Amino acid sequence: MATATEQQQGAGVHLLTGSEVMAHICRLADVDVITAYPIRPYDTVMQYVSKFIAEGDFDADYIPAESEHGQFEIVKHASACGARVFTGSSGVGWLYAMEPLAVTAGLRLPMVALVGCRALDDPGAFGTEHNDAMLVRDLGWMINFPDTAQEVIELGLLAYRVAEDPRVYLPCAIAMDGAFLTHSQATVRLPGQDEVNAFLPPYDRGDLLLHPDNPITIAPQANEDWLMEVRRQSSEAAKNSYTVLKEAHADFSKIFGTNTNPFLDEYMTEDADVVLCGVGTLSLPVKVAIREMRKEGKKVGMVRLKWFRPFPTEELRESLSRFKAVGVIDRDYSFGSPYHGGIVYNEIKAAMYGADKVPHLKGFVCGLGGREVLLEDVKQMADKVISMGQNDAADNEVDWIGVRG
Amino acid sequence: MSVISFEVIYRGIFQKSLAVKISRTLILAAVKEGKPGISFGRYSDSPERNGIPAKQFGYIADNEEELETVAAQYEPKQVDISICVDDTLCKGVESWAWYGLQPINAVTKPGGTLIVTSNQKEDDLVQHIHRRETPYKLAIIPGEASFAGLWVYKDDGTDARCLAAALKAEPTMCSIASLESAIRENIGSETHVEAAREVYEDLRPVEIEPGQGNDEVPFTFELLKWHEMRQGVVIDGVGGHEGFRGGEGGYEPGRNPYFKKWSTRTMRPVVSFEKCTKCTLCWVACPDTCFDVTPDGFFDANMEACCGCGVCEAICPVKDCITMVNEVVFDERDSQWQMWQENKEDYDKYMDEKITTGKIDGRHPITGLAGAFSGIGLETGHNPETAKIKPLKDL
Ligand code: SF4
Ligand code: SF4
Repeated sequence: MATATEQQQGAGVHLLTGSEVMAHICRLADVDVITAYPIRPYDTVMQYVSKFIAEGDFDADYIPAESEHGQFEIVKHASACGARVFTGSSGVGWLYAMEPLAVTAGLRLPMVALVGCRALDDPGAFGTEHNDAMLVRDLGWMINFPDTAQEVIELGLLAYRVAEDPRVYLPCAIAMDGAFLTHSQATVRLPGQDEVNAFLPPYDRGDLLLHPDNPITIAPQANEDWLMEVRRQSSEAAKNSYTVLKEAHADFSKIFGTNTNPFLDEYMTEDADVVLCGVGTLSLPVKVAIREMRKEGKKVGMVRLKWFRPFPTEELRESLSRFKAVGVIDRDYSFGSPYHGGIVYNEIKAAMYGADKVPHLKGFVCGLGGREVLLEDVKQMADKVISMGQNDAADNEVDWIGVRG
Repeated sequence: MSVISFEVIYRGIFQKSLAVKISRTLILAAVKEGKPGISFGRYSDSPERNGIPAKQFGYIADNEEELETVAAQYEPKQVDISICVDDTLCKGVESWAWYGLQPINAVTKPGGTLIVTSNQKEDDLVQHIHRRETPYKLAIIPGEASFAGLWVYKDDGTDARCLAAALKAEPTMCSIASLESAIRENIGSETHVEAAREVYEDLRPVEIEPGQGNDEVPFTFELLKWHEMRQGVVIDGVGGHEGFRGGEGGYEPGRNPYFKKWSTRTMRPVVSFEKCTKCTLCWVACPDTCFDVTPDGFFDANMEACCGCGVCEAICPVKDCITMVNEVVFDERDSQWQMWQENKEDYDKYMDEKITTGKIDGRHPITGLAGAFSGIGLETGHNPETAKIKPLKDL
């Protein structure tokens, strides 16, 4: 009798959660070492991974660690030894691994990790906020935010391909909205093993491989005579990740027959006066609200960033310059930052500075702690952006939407 | 504009408090006369590590603006006074803060003064100090390297003596009266004030002419550019091995080609090959894998690798087979075994002479450590009866 996995794993359409798709990516990418430590919502992926392994459908070293710190340290070392690795965490669990998270990027190890996005304590909360994933944005980590289980195929496979490219060698976080994506099943077309093999070459650590036949020292003490050069290398790697991602995305489209934009997901933007911007699963209520507003004659569109690192500065400038006004929705916060806006708002604003045509930009904080972003919320935000566009006047106030009071 | 800058060159842990004390007290003496100053250690020196050469710096200015002008450059590129509190550092400094060997007088201004605490004579010490193109003055304060530790402050008056020598070198810094009162306030007893006064009166710096001194070109290497470095904070491993001095027999392990440890040690082992039983213990126990195996199976401590820890002497089971000797009495880094092979009688004479002249007195009763590591107290340091450090007037 075929195992449950066998029934599920063939190429074709299946009903899967985002976490489950990520587990399939691990299997299809033939990941060598996986470490787990429980914290919701990311840990659903480990339930699927361990099931695949238990049923003999996937061969990997699966190590339950004693803490997140150990969990990330183990795969960090395995990656240095040439193993393709996978791990993940959520919220404060991810933060408990902050030391290995920083070191992994510093050592240029292509770890791929799932962040099941979750509010940081306190108060203890399970729901989605992006602050956990965003905390590694300055360290050299690549970060993408899939919005559907189907998109996890693209962003998950690209994560390995780009991270392991010797021009890059940087870790990648797949930031998946807790509950909305980690726990919700949707129809997904799984790729076949041959396609994946054609897209994803084996991980080759080259002459940086930690192996007795290749005597090297990794991570010696390096003071001010060296550190700036090391950082300059990381900056170059991060720059390269942009080009390599574009290249890899073109290959992905060819091999898997898809037709997506590498960095931006635009919805109804052709004739839009204003757009709403953001990352992750809020694209769904945004798109539906846009459809409804269109019926009222409001020309609203959406521009969603698929990758936050590398940040698609040029693409974004080109895209947003077409609109009168832009609203940026943050499912995160950056207390005390310029205009008390969120992280995405501040970065988009910085990216737009000095563009030939800069639209008015307004920031919103919405959907924190997993609170639903309602259609009315989206409409309220869109209306504010529309009137900003009509008045042709900057509105730097950052509004909290969907908050009582 | 008149700014006086100085550096104190010392060994990590054992002399850190001493260096700080010298630097601070000098500034505080000038502050008494309304002059602002700053005192700081080089952060990347890692002075919390045993015996690592490190530096403390200070500036004294006439006013705040002058001070800011010099302090804007964190580390002085040139100093009026260099104070070296361990004479084995005269061979040069390999610190954590840079790569290669830096001459002890590298940043002493032309015409500036290098003050050294030492029992050596100027002529002998100059043989170790790298020659340069500009003249400078050398002033010796008689005495052994002081132990004034990180955790305890073993007081032997070195601080007060160095302060007085610095003032003598740059008398415009402050009056002797201000220095004496700063010593009273920050160091303590009248004995220290006396010691300072004595040095102030008796110190006789000598002129060192261009071209005088050690003609060895200091070991340097170029730091790589960011795009030349390996990725992933990876450096080449030190692997491999070859025969003794590249020959057929024996064994020499691969070693770090960049860190020579020439100035890391304050003492070095001298081996009596006549007494050695080839028991292998020194070879196995040396923490830095310094011993090369000679073709005839002896163990030869390589002076490109030895940090002078004394473990080999402690572990050697044969009496007087390995003796730790003060590094300051050596000019060469040759293979002892090769010297012995060339002429056994000459080698024995050489060994006896070094052991006698470089005998390490004042060893710590428990650790056996010597020199900067020994812990000589104020009594032995300054008491004329028991002094290893003799008052100048008795010399
Ligand atoms: S003194 Fe220490 S480092 Fe030098 S040879 Fe002896 S054991 Fe090795
Ligand atoms: S420990 Fe002493 S006796 Fe043994 S090999 Fe070394 S020098 Fe010779």
